[in-house]
Amino acid sequence: MGPDDLKKRIEKGIPGATARVEGADAHFGALVIAGAFEGKTRIEQHQMIYALFRDEMASQEIHALSLKTCTPAEWEREKESAPEPLSHV
Amino acid sequence: MSNDILDMIKREIDSNTICLFTKGTADMPMCGFSARAIAVFKELGRPFKTVDILPDPRIRQVLTSVSNWPTVPQVFVGGKFIGGSDIVVEMYQKGELQPLVEQAFKSNPAAATR
Repeated sequence: MGPDDLKKRIEKGIPGATARVEGADAHFGALVIAGAFEGKTRIEQHQMIYALFRDEMASQEIHALSLKTCTPAEWEREKESAPEPLSHV
Repeated sequence: MSNDILDMIKREIDSNTICLFTKGTADMPMCGFSARAIAVFKELGRPFKTVDILPDPRIRQVLTSVSNWPTVPQVFVGGKFIGGSDIVVEMYQKGELQPLVEQAFKSNPAAATR
């Protein structure tokens, strides 16, 4: 499984989501922006994404999936203060 | 589900205002994500408990079903699951973690002296 597979699954699984995924060798980092996150806690937002990879995470095919989630409104604010969103990965 | 493991997990969460389930210990974390979460709480300067999940694979299995969270570390503050390392680091950077932790110690002063 590569970053593109993760990106496709996230964008298919969460309607309206835009995902940027980096990584290799079972360790990935994803930035996901979605209107569907509106009104949800960060825990719930991350759980929505983890749920899409339940089997791969259980089998350790994906060992680590570092996440940053934003609603579109949060992302607008975030862009100004943090031009390099994936620097933590 | 192993009931003794479940009891142990609940006991640690209930009796420690800040409880981290990690790979390795606070002094010797065995994973970068666990190390990052531990570093945040060392920075906050409040006592916290780490429970190493590595010695017994059942700990991770049971913990995952309790929190509905697939990865380690898992952080509990005031008995409540607050997230993994990404969320903890983000909350810390945004200044949200400190007030949450202080509030937890305020509402449970007994645990602060343990």
